[in-house]
Amino acid sequence: MQGSTSPPPLNSSTVRVTGNYFGTRFTMDTRFTRGKSPILERSITRPKTEVSLSAFALLFSEIVQYCQNRVYSVSELQNKLSELGQQVGVRILDVLVMREKNGKRETKVINVLLFIKVNVWKALFGKEADKLEQANDDDKTYYIIEKEPLINAYISVPKENSTLNCASFTAGIVEAILSYSGFPAKVTAHWHKGTTLMIKFDESVIARDKALDGR
Amino acid sequence: MSRQANRGTESKKMNSELFTLTYGALVTQLCKDYENDEDVNKQLDKMGYNIGVRLIEDFLARSNVGRCHDFRETADVIAKVAFKMYLGITPSVTNWSAAGDEFSLILENNPLVDFVELPDNHSSLIYSNLLCGVLRGALEMVQMAIDVKFAQDTLRGDNVTEIRMKFIKRIEENLPAGEE
Repeated sequence: MQGSTSPPPLNSSTVRVTGNYFGTRFTMDTRFTRGKSPILERSITRPKTEVSLSAFALLFSEIVQYCQNRVYSVSELQNKLSELGQQVGVRILDVLVMREKNGKRETKVINVLLFIKVNVWKALFGKEADKLEQANDDDKTYYIIEKEPLINAYISVPKENSTLNCASFTAGIVEAILSYSGFPAKVTAHWHKGTTLMIKFDESVIARDKALDGR
Repeated sequence: MSRQANRGTESKKMNSELFTLTYGALVTQLCKDYENDEDVNKQLDKMGYNIGVRLIEDFLARSNVGRCHDFRETADVIAKVAFKMYLGITPSVTNWSAAGDEFSLILENNPLVDFVELPDNHSSLIYSNLLCGVLRGALEMVQMAIDVKFAQDTLRGDNVTEIRMKFIKRIEENLPAGEE
């Protein structure tokens, strides 16, 4: 008979360390610093630095064109933009949690969504997201609705690929923030009431949330 | 000040962190897509050039800067007006060559490199090389051929970040026949 002393299942938002701690070679994720670096000495509060929106728009436009040259379809392009957004999301998550949440992560779906609508949006775009809604017919699906997303400020979509929404980049940011907070989800951008980011949580997220409610 | 003078100079601002992180995501992607740092540097320069070509229009429309009469004036406008307008910083202009055709921009707080450190295997990556392309592209549109490169970079262990700019020649306007 197998030993019945297996550890209790961990909440998926907690860190798992598997294997022999001392015997395992951990590879360092590139997003971590190598130690002696001025970055570590910096104040964590938000620096009051600003750049012009034109600078961002021109950079973003080059990024979209670069991605466009390396893909064959609109959906591939959106995936690529989303991947780039995820890079941003991963990096902004920790600093925002430290700055605005006293280092405390959210554990409830509704709280993490509000964190995104309020804190993340304010930090990145200078304002709250316009709306946060839950789908009527599906408890896994939520929407973040933005009438005029900053990302799309200077972008006109050509007729031949009218489904393209460069806010896929923002969708990537949101997806990374959710996933790295322990809420695996798929986030996609759509044209609906302006731009709508559709968040579809993994089954397990909703199940856990219900279990937490039941306690 | 009259409203007339102000018109168009207002440009919208945004948080530099999103800008910095977006640029970082681009560089990361390029490092994945290309095999060596040299190619990444080239691609960044190319993208910068494309940006510069478009940025100059935006710049001339927003700033009330007229034609620069010499290279010194150009240097001043770049450092004090353009860098300030787009990146919110003012580099200092130094190290003029005797002939007055070469100078350096010393950048403090380059917003592109906030939070950035280079991994050991990217020692020849010129992380902010996009800026060189931007400067080259923008100046080409006002008939100046310029050589731009990073002479020093704090990311690579130098004490300061220095962009060296060298005037090559004035580009003659070759109007197509019949257009004058």
